Amino acid sequence: MATNNGNAATLNAPHGKRSWLHRNRIKMAPWLFLAPGLIFFFIYVIAPIFESIWISFYAWDGLGPKEWVGMGNYVELMDDDRFYTSLVNNVWWLVLYMLAVPAGLGIALFLNQTVTGIRIYKSLFFFPFVISQVVVGLIFTWFYNPDFGIVGIVWKFFGASPPAILADEDLVTFGIILAGLWPQIAYCMILYLTGLNNVSPDQVEAGRLDNAKGWKMLWYIILPQLKPATFIAVVVTVIGALRSFDLIAIMTQGGPYGSSNVLAYYMFETALSEYGFRYGYGSAIATVLFLIMLVYISFFLWRMYQDEKG
Amino acid sequence: MFKSISKTAAALAITSILGAPAMAGDLSIIFDDLNPAPKAGFEAAVEKFKAANPDINVTVSINDREAHKTAIRNFLSAEAPDVTSWYPGNRMAPFVNAGQFEDVSDLWEAEGFSDSLASTKSAMTIDGKQWGVPYTYYQWGMYYRADIFAEHGIEPPKTWEELLAASAKLKEAGITPITIGTKNLWPAAGVFDYLNLRTNGYDVHNDLTAGKIKYTDPRIVDVFEKWRELVEPGYFIENHATMSWQDAMAAFIKGEAAMYVMGNFAVESMRDGGLSDDQIDYFPFPEITPGVARAEEAPTDAFFIPANAKNKEDARKFLAFIAQPDIQTEWNETIGQLPINKNSSVGDDKFLQKGFETLSSASGLAQFFDRDAPAEMAKAGMEGFQEFMIKPERLDDILKRLDKIQARVYK
Repeated sequence: MATNNGNAATLNAPHGKRSWLHRNRIKMAPWLFLAPGLIFFFIYVIAPIFESIWISFYAWDGLGPKEWVGMGNYVELMDDDRFYTSLVNNVWWLVLYMLAVPAGLGIALFLNQTVTGIRIYKSLFFFPFVISQVVVGLIFTWFYNPDFGIVGIVWKFFGASPPAILADEDLVTFGIILAGLWPQIAYCMILYLTGLNNVSPDQVEAGRLDNAKGWKMLWYIILPQLKPATFIAVVVTVIGALRSFDLIAIMTQGGPYGSSNVLAYYMFETALSEYGFRYGYGSAIATVLFLIMLVYISFFLWRMYQDEKG
Repeated sequence: MFKSISKTAAALAITSILGAPAMAGDLSIIFDDLNPAPKAGFEAAVEKFKAANPDINVTVSINDREAHKTAIRNFLSAEAPDVTSWYPGNRMAPFVNAGQFEDVSDLWEAEGFSDSLASTKSAMTIDGKQWGVPYTYYQWGMYYRADIFAEHGIEPPKTWEELLAASAKLKEAGITPITIGTKNLWPAAGVFDYLNLRTNGYDVHNDLTAGKIKYTDPRIVDVFEKWRELVEPGYFIENHATMSWQDAMAAFIKGEAAMYVMGNFAVESMRDGGLSDDQIDYFPFPEITPGVARAEEAPTDAFFIPANAKNKEDARKFLAFIAQPDIQTEWNETIGQLPINKNSSVGDDKFLQKGFETLSSASGLAQFFDRDAPAEMAKAGMEGFQEFMIKPERLDDILKRLDKIQARVYK
């Protein structure tokens, strides 16, 4: 204290600073709390995006010197059959994965009743989402095996020769998407189940008085109230479809001869797998994938912003 | 009390003097196979090395084989061990070219390896220098069910016509002639390599994997035409693209398929599957073009010193040690493979004996398609092989695509 008093003059300068902090501490507090998250988000999410865009302009094997090739990697992409196969498969994933949304809604409506043991049924339906994608992939691989899988057994029962789904270039993608739908439907279902909890009984009651039943009730009374759940379900399904990776790695590794590849796996394969290590080319694929995702992400952010405002 | 303290101090002083070289001799080794036999063979060799060099403090870590293939890229530059296992041929080229491996030509010179390890010298050489020391290799060839062959009165084929005849006979009897699992791609490359080595010979194999011959070259087209003679009549097992090599082994063990183009490591799983040595046997892949000198596939495994290693002196000692004939003899007996040092002896096992005979009389030894060709070309090529085995009618498109990739990879 004594020293403080003795240096009153020097204290004046920091005093002004301290009062700025003091005046703005309400504004500063959230940033302070956000800072750790923001810093990590920047280091691990934002910075790598720009880094990988930057790398996509080089030819680089990760070991030797980088060689600037400008748009070379992108020009090569335009002429790469595997890239187009992957892109088309990505579109199939996006379209067919969307089936998870209505299917999840259907199951949620079905399970949204009070019967003894309903919690057990709900858990059972939710189960595929809880188990690892690796396990899902393995189970479906066995399932599709024409020799000992259930597909083989059913086909043979009807006297037909079973298709080798995972070895057929025309069927393989659909086989994997079906495997992916199993946990994705469970995910959408749980989103809708929570949504259904919040459906206002008054409005349902009012609808009943106006003689709404069945589809009409669903379409005009229930679904509008489930809009937030639908929105989230669509978004997670889109993201899930675009980053479909684990199932492909487990079930086919992109095969046969690249016909079940999607962009995410193709990127991994070119940049990081046993026969890859073309970091530049892999980054170019990643950039394309990022641009596609950006469309959805911007839409998502824009919608969030609109909702917050309204 | 005081006395005992001074005694301890003296003892400490002595140990630290004695211990000084031991402190300098920390040697870390990374090995890449967790399977029981290879692990045991490696550990036994390390124990012997420790016994012979008590002043060197050896630490060992063993990776899973597939994980090692990615991990090596990180640890070579970040935290390099003193010795690591890796593969010769084009597989070591990226690290050699990036200056990540130590040139060990001096060791080859000093230890006379050019003579004792002559069979793999070319595979270990880039730019006229040697980059590692090999400890094992194994033969590839046609493994077959001797009991099924005997039952149908088939002799092990020596020529292409005999192979086709044997296949036709087996097919007629309801047995798949050849099993294969192409899910992991490389088993198809084994078939391609042999068809190429037998149709065109060793030089064409090397020129193709070195990018000097196009895939649309008539000689390579010939190879695929031979392959077609096996594919179109359905001599390969169905649905091979869904199976790994282990999955494909099931048909062989159950007697539903009679032949398997494989490496000698497959024998272990045949025996594990319950086949006795009377039921299985081996013959070198049959001759196709008469007069073409017989070359074989013999993938080699080796040890390397990273350029960033801290203790290169003791690392050289280890490399010299594992090249010794007695060490290689014992190690390879444990893992069921062939020693490289020509003064080693080969295990009693009949497959080792036959393999040794086959390899030592071969005119050339190829590493394997995916070790001789650069990684990217290997991947594209093997996908092409798999596609051809399913859709042989697309041959032209496949070869054109491979040419396109070749033009880019080797530029």
